[in-house]
Amino acid sequence: MIALSDYLILGGLLFAIAVAGIFLNRKNLILLLMCVELMLLAVNMNFVAFSHFLGDMTGQVFVFFILTVAAAEAAIGLAILVVLFRNRRTINVEDLDALKG
Amino acid sequence: MTFDAANLLPILPEIAILVTASVVLILDLYLKDQDKGLNHSLTLLGLVIAIALTGLVGGGEAQVFFDGNLIRDAMTDLLRGAILIVSILTFVYARPWLQDRGMLVGEFYVLGLLAVLGMLIMVSANGFLTLYLGLELQALALYALVAFDRDSSKGAEAAMKYFVLGALGSGLLLYGVSMIYGATGSIEFAPVAAAVAEQGMSNKVLVFGIAFLVIGIGFKFGAVPFHMWVPDVYEGGPTPAVLILSSAPKIAAFALAVRMLVDGLHTLHPDWQGMLIILAVLSMGLGNLVAIAQSNIKRMLAYSTISHVGFIFLGLLAGSAQGYAAAMFYTIVYAVMSAGAFGILLILSRQGFDAERLEDLKGLNDRDSWYAAMMALIMFSMAGVPPTVGFMAKLLVLEAVVRIDMVWLALVAVFFSIIGAFYYLRVIKFIYFDKPAEDTPALVTSSGVRFAMSLNGLALLALGLFPAALLSVCQAAF
Repeated sequence: MIALSDYLILGGLLFAIAVAGIFLNRKNLILLLMCVELMLLAVNMNFVAFSHFLGDMTGQVFVFFILTVAAAEAAIGLAILVVLFRNRRTINVEDLDALKG
Repeated sequence: MTFDAANLLPILPEIAILVTASVVLILDLYLKDQDKGLNHSLTLLGLVIAIALTGLVGGGEAQVFFDGNLIRDAMTDLLRGAILIVSILTFVYARPWLQDRGMLVGEFYVLGLLAVLGMLIMVSANGFLTLYLGLELQALALYALVAFDRDSSKGAEAAMKYFVLGALGSGLLLYGVSMIYGATGSIEFAPVAAAVAEQGMSNKVLVFGIAFLVIGIGFKFGAVPFHMWVPDVYEGGPTPAVLILSSAPKIAAFALAVRMLVDGLHTLHPDWQGMLIILAVLSMGLGNLVAIAQSNIKRMLAYSTISHVGFIFLGLLAGSAQGYAAAMFYTIVYAVMSAGAFGILLILSRQGFDAERLEDLKGLNDRDSWYAAMMALIMFSMAGVPPTVGFMAKLLVLEAVVRIDMVWLALVAVFFSIIGAFYYLRVIKFIYFDKPAEDTPALVTSSGVRFAMSLNGLALLALGLFPAALLSVCQAAF
């Protein structure tokens, strides 16, 4: 039997990988978008695990909404990426330095 | 579960905005280029109808509807009204800029209206799910608005940074929500509050979840150390988009914080108070100090936003009804000030020229003394000089902090706002005591813009002289 804590640890690990990916990645913007998706999936993992162990359906309904929003977010992200590529001819993260932040 | 049509009554303002957005989206396909102004008129009409409906369905006892997913109470009524009024101002200011650049297209209005819809849903949310959906609707529309100028390389970069950090903020917020769901077994605020009151601080999962929630709120507000996106987005984004995202979304972010921390997790106030103190002190300090070094006025206003967010957090962390009312007053006032400041930048811009540097404000008094007076009022209000409303807002927040015996925090806030006064007064010096550059053409603005700007500037003065009306509405909400 797999315990709730195992699921939460897996969710936490996936989440940590995603956040680390966003901060460490210096090469490719598409990787950034993938990390954002991974982060939302880690949250989904948490919700489904809690939902199962609490015996409550709300968490799974929440997951469906998150999946839908994640799809919309990916669409917007890729659209911005296309605009950026047409202007700059590059999707290297290190080249995004016109604004000093 | 049956559907009750009476549920639809309290969300009539949201329905009005959604219908307007859909009508503009479809009508825009059939409009010729010279008729695009119709989009603008329709948008304003929709916003005015939504304000009227807000007044119509508002008032009275709090109602919970749609199976506990939405709520309509005094706070919803006030924040809805504030969001809609500020949005009208922003659309009026944005129009000449768009027209000069051939960007007066329906998409701008559709995206703007959808962002407003998202904010309205956020202020009516009674559960984490509704709140999240409203937040994402607002955020996705704003990402697209920042990338609106397709040929601007800076705009695209700003949009990308905004998108990645905004998505990161939403992700952290959601992770916190999942923890709270796991600890309490519900995503509605009332059951969450009941479960939290039962368990208290002993549940570590809950405390873990709150840390993520506060970080998410920090990202959405742009508080230090989660502020990295704010200056870049303000500088890189097209000014009308920055105008929209700097004003009304702050009100929605305030609703987000109050709904989650106060409605849902008020019992854990000692827990999140400490985190908010850190965010508030860092925001006021870094915001005010770094703003001094800026030569780009949009970037300066970005750091000024960060410092104002620190003040809003001061009211929230007090944890008293008085503190929440003060923070709400501050947020609404800030949204109006910010709309005015970016409105002036749009007025100063013309075809092929964007007012972005501080020097562009030089000699505004010689070019148009009325706009100069309005900008001076806005700057005085941001600095917190009486009799403008900025002073009242700061005073109320500080009073709330002193009442909970945190005098040191109030002193820190006063210290940094004195430092902050320097860069606001520098803008006023540029306006009144410097000569305009030789080749600047005369300012030409439509009477609508002049009327809106006068209303905006004088409102800051009037609210400062007679703050009781707005203040009593704010206090009634808690």
